[in-house]
Amino acid sequence: MSALSELGKLRGRGKEETPDNVAGYLFLLPWLIGLVVITIGPMLASLYLSFTDYSLLAPPEWIGAKNYERMLNDPRLLNSLRVTFTYVFVSTPLQLALALGIAVLLNQGMRGLPFYRSVFYLPSLMGSSVAIAILWRQIFGTSGLVNQVLMAVGFRDLPGWISDPNTALGTIILLHIWTFGSPMIIFLAGLRQIPTMYYEAAAVDGASKWTQFWKITMPLLSPIIFFNLVLQIIGAFQSFTQAFIVSGGTGGPSDSTMFYTLYLYQKGFAQFDMGYASAMAWLLLIIIGVFTALNFFVSKYWVFYDD
Amino acid sequence: MTDPRTDSTDVVLDNDVAIDHGGAGDLHAVKRTGQLGSNVRSVIKHILMIAAALLMIYPLLWMLVSSFRPTEEIFRDSGLVLTSLHLENYTEGWTALQYPFSRYLINSMILVLGCILGNVISCSLAAYAFARLRFKFKNIFFAIMLLTIMLPMHVIIVPQYILFSQFGWVNTFIPLVLPKLLATDAFFVFLMVQFIRGLPKELDEAARIDGCGHWKIFSRVIMPLMTPAIATTVIFTFIWTWNDFFSSLIYLTSPEMFTVPLALKSFLDSTGGSNWGAMFAMSIVSLIPVFLVFLFGQKFLIRGIATTGIK
Repeated sequence: MSALSELGKLRGRGKEETPDNVAGYLFLLPWLIGLVVITIGPMLASLYLSFTDYSLLAPPEWIGAKNYERMLNDPRLLNSLRVTFTYVFVSTPLQLALALGIAVLLNQGMRGLPFYRSVFYLPSLMGSSVAIAILWRQIFGTSGLVNQVLMAVGFRDLPGWISDPNTALGTIILLHIWTFGSPMIIFLAGLRQIPTMYYEAAAVDGASKWTQFWKITMPLLSPIIFFNLVLQIIGAFQSFTQAFIVSGGTGGPSDSTMFYTLYLYQKGFAQFDMGYASAMAWLLLIIIGVFTALNFFVSKYWVFYDD
Repeated sequence: MTDPRTDSTDVVLDNDVAIDHGGAGDLHAVKRTGQLGSNVRSVIKHILMIAAALLMIYPLLWMLVSSFRPTEEIFRDSGLVLTSLHLENYTEGWTALQYPFSRYLINSMILVLGCILGNVISCSLAAYAFARLRFKFKNIFFAIMLLTIMLPMHVIIVPQYILFSQFGWVNTFIPLVLPKLLATDAFFVFLMVQFIRGLPKELDEAARIDGCGHWKIFSRVIMPLMTPAIATTVIFTFIWTWNDFFSSLIYLTSPEMFTVPLALKSFLDSTGGSNWGAMFAMSIVSLIPVFLVFLFGQKFLIRGIATTGIK
């Protein structure tokens, strides 16, 4: 089903018949070149650069772990971590809960399922575009759509949601939740795999709908919830476009939407502080790696595998 | 694809109803009162769902309608009823930047076509190797391929930029297309591997007995059968490339190379976010291709997401 479960299955696979090494490597050649030139090479290079001072103009100068020390004492970086963590750990659970809730409702023999599925899915396709970020800027602006509606029902002295440091991040979180359609589709596919007879048997035994959800749906769907959780967290850590457009590239107001990737972009590609940006990139990789590993570790306690 | 359960005439089997009425009770009672209760419930559920769907889609509809309104009116009218058709937003937005908007659409289209071609060719080659061939270190490479799906691009972007700028490729499409030709979108390799594994091996063997080598098996047998997986790859590559902002922002520096997202960004910068009418108009123009792909490729999109967990 997923890339994650594939990784687990690999261990058990043994040797079979005669190998076709030449053909295998010929077919794999473009991918292998890509792996070396586009992925592993640059990864090693960025690891090296993260220990240097490099601004593109002069050759890289080895400075040891200074970039990493600098990061610990960089208040803007620490703030960008706080903003990113808030974004990831508020928006991901809310988005997945909404996706699951709607999927469960739609799966209960709802007529017009394809229609609802399409309408809920459309924002996922457009959510990462600049056009939608522009729309968001208007909607949550001082005289934007949201405030127009709120004024019409009697509210006064409303803030500009994207120009107030207390609410700006919230609008971007909302944008992320708005794109719950793609996890919803994964949940719908998973729900269809659960045999209806489980529910029928539970109903005959007098189990309430609530009990059925927690005792049948949740355990059987938990591998898929886990899969969604891992991928959505990895993805959310790398969000960039919406914060960039909504804040006009500044991460403002007062750094309240300064996502980690946005700060990395500013350091690397606006100030050309490439050594520091490389160190930041490695910290991001470590953070994502730690949270993914943690996710796998915790999954032992709540993810239920049927086979 | 309506759920077969809704069409069931035997109400007792409809778990919705059975659950509402305590299940284990008198089945005849369930049958009588259940029908009525389920209708009311179903109507309420539909009303709530329609409200939710409307709320979800409202911003998009409102942007579409607002793109036909003068800017002052956009700030006054939160409704969806158009009183007149203000087409000036479109003509104004089209010519507001250094080049007409068609230029950016064409740039985006060239980029999209290049990336589609790259992904389809390189990923299917790699997928055939992983799914059908036996070679040394295959499992290790396969594991690495799966891991690269989760690798954040920011880790490689700085040295990659340095590399490509040394080749003099900044401000060309090469840095954006070349990685696709080298199968770096591992998601699609995985998608195609899964698909090829589902094809019967007897087909390969029959072709082999007829004297076909691996290349012929791949190009004459596997590729033609793989069209659904290729369609999914084409559609997702289209949407991801069309929406991509980060890589274009880094690599494309002069306006004649701008893609649609960069054009929208510079439009926003140049007006300071004041000319909303024209900006909405061009935003709508930029979303039309995505919407069309959604309309005609929905089947493949949904299947692709459901089987691999692509976004």
